[in-house]
Amino acid sequence: MKREPPKTLADYTPLFFPAVMLIVFFVIPFSTMIAVSFFRRDPAGFYKPDFVFDNYARFLSLFFANILGFSLMLAVLVAIVCVVVAFPFTYLLTKQSRKVQTIWLVCLLSVLSLSEVIIGFAWSTLFSRTAGITNLAVWLGLMDKPVALLPSFGVVLTGMVYQALPYTILVLYPALVRLDPTLTEAARTLGSSPVRAFLNVVLPALRNTVVATLIMVFVFALGSYLLPQLLGRPQHWTLSVHITDQAIYQSNMPFAAAMAVFLVLISLALVGLTLLAGRRENAL
Amino acid sequence: MKIELTRRTVLGAAIAGASALAMPSVLCAQDKSLKVGVYGGYFKKSFDEHIFPEFTKASGIAVESVAEPTGEAWLVQLEQAAKAGQAPADVSMMSQTSTLKGQSTELWTPIDDKKIKNFADLLPQFVNKYPDGRVAGIGAVAWYITLVTNTDAYPTAPDSWAAFWDPANADKLGLLALVSNSFLLEVTAATFFGGTNALDTEEGLLKAFDKLAEVKPNVRLWYRDEAQFEQALKSGEIPMGQYYHDVTGLAAADGQPVRSTFPKEGGIQDSGNWVISRASEKAEEAHVFIDYMSQPSIQGLMSRKVGTAPTLKKDKLDLTAEEFAAVSSEIQPILPRYDLYTTKADWLNQKWTEMIAS
Repeated sequence: MKREPPKTLADYTPLFFPAVMLIVFFVIPFSTMIAVSFFRRDPAGFYKPDFVFDNYARFLSLFFANILGFSLMLAVLVAIVCVVVAFPFTYLLTKQSRKVQTIWLVCLLSVLSLSEVIIGFAWSTLFSRTAGITNLAVWLGLMDKPVALLPSFGVVLTGMVYQALPYTILVLYPALVRLDPTLTEAARTLGSSPVRAFLNVVLPALRNTVVATLIMVFVFALGSYLLPQLLGRPQHWTLSVHITDQAIYQSNMPFAAAMAVFLVLISLALVGLTLLAGRRENAL
Repeated sequence: MKIELTRRTVLGAAIAGASALAMPSVLCAQDKSLKVGVYGGYFKKSFDEHIFPEFTKASGIAVESVAEPTGEAWLVQLEQAAKAGQAPADVSMMSQTSTLKGQSTELWTPIDDKKIKNFADLLPQFVNKYPDGRVAGIGAVAWYITLVTNTDAYPTAPDSWAAFWDPANADKLGLLALVSNSFLLEVTAATFFGGTNALDTEEGLLKAFDKLAEVKPNVRLWYRDEAQFEQALKSGEIPMGQYYHDVTGLAAADGQPVRSTFPKEGGIQDSGNWVISRASEKAEEAHVFIDYMSQPSIQGLMSRKVGTAPTLKKDKLDLTAEEFAAVSSEIQPILPRYDLYTTKADWLNQKWTEMIAS
């Protein structure tokens, strides 16, 4: 079927609503942020409209480069761990009966209803010395005395994976449910083991879904600022934590805006590169 | 500032403050009225309940309390409103740093000390003066940050801030996360360099930073959220740190195994001032209010009901020894170097962040 190109103004009307939404919820706030990032910081007040590069200059230091690098690394790691855990889980879930699937999905949705604060405090209790899981190990005779497992990088990662996992599963689920079962059946008939069929047939067939999920979890994890604060040491604080500090506690909006603009640009660039790489491979 | 730390309070106060500004102020039926800005949340609630009704009864001036957003947002709002000849509040509670910043634009109507009966009895740190000697602000509320310990983990109380540096306390401390609310540079200077004057020069500040960096291996938690540390202190998870004297005392009275100690170098005393916006046409009523608030009986009432440290000399107060000890101490306090947070704010913040996060 050939699609008619839009001719009159009326043909464009379906675009109006999304366009307005995009302008109100993205273009205006983002432009404001970019504008503020060039304003002059006034230590005695808030800021003055101006056009200066000071805020970006301050960000361009080894110190903030390390923080940015750490934040990106953490988000990438969370994305990879989430997909590695969620993909096989979701695949196995789709093989279960309807009823079992529903129960699992309801449980996962209920995790989504927990706020980040509750998740943070729950994990910090679970990994604490006084009430944490090491007490269980002591009771079982595996350890001499209980220890605190936090603050540490591992706990930050655990908390963030826990938070992002339900999203990952819910994004993967529709694609895996719709996967043609005859693909795996054919692989099995040709002598593949179930694991081999999964790795060689299911995974490549869903490569685009996997890449899209990785990007979604990456972006989701990049904005996290509460869990690194509750579960990590200061060297595990992400750029988002520092942005909050500047904006709320130092009243330094221009610097906070400059950092935020930088973070958005870098993550957009990474997402763009990933998509580009995916397209090249597909073309081969 | 005490309430600056809870994000919830900040947001709540910001919303309350914004809506208070957005609404046209309703004039009271009474002849005389005064709009008083107080920190939103706990302080506003306590003042509305215990203090303002008493003031109206005594003076006939109706009080309309306005919840201030904390941080510098309120200063900026007052400043911008004053340029337009408006005063969102006649009298405001203002942090020391913001009071200093407001001085630079003459935002505060000078207070006539002759109209404050107990002026001579105010402790010196509670009179904030312009460089030329005019009074810009008078102490409104004050509180102490002290050395707190879990009594199960520490049967005997430490007597000096130096305990933070003791290698035996590795991974046991909970400290405030920001340079401008932990005042740990002042603590370092008072403990090791003979007083906060050591912070006068950049060299002295760097020396204090170096010394403070030695504490890092002992710190388990740099907290922004009060509840996080308070809970960990009570359970013994993080058995030592810096925290609010009055809140710790209340927890101990509840039977929790915690104690607050005034170290021999002194507790950290943070405070806020009453200031009058230059755009206010009610300077007369504002003086009556500040005079009323600075009476020994009202300072006593505030110590008992709100938990603030009195702004007057101890011998003028009607507090029992026990009531006084619950909110204050006779050991000379460590007074934060607020001047540094106005002149070197960004430099200090950068050095501090680099120190703790690298």
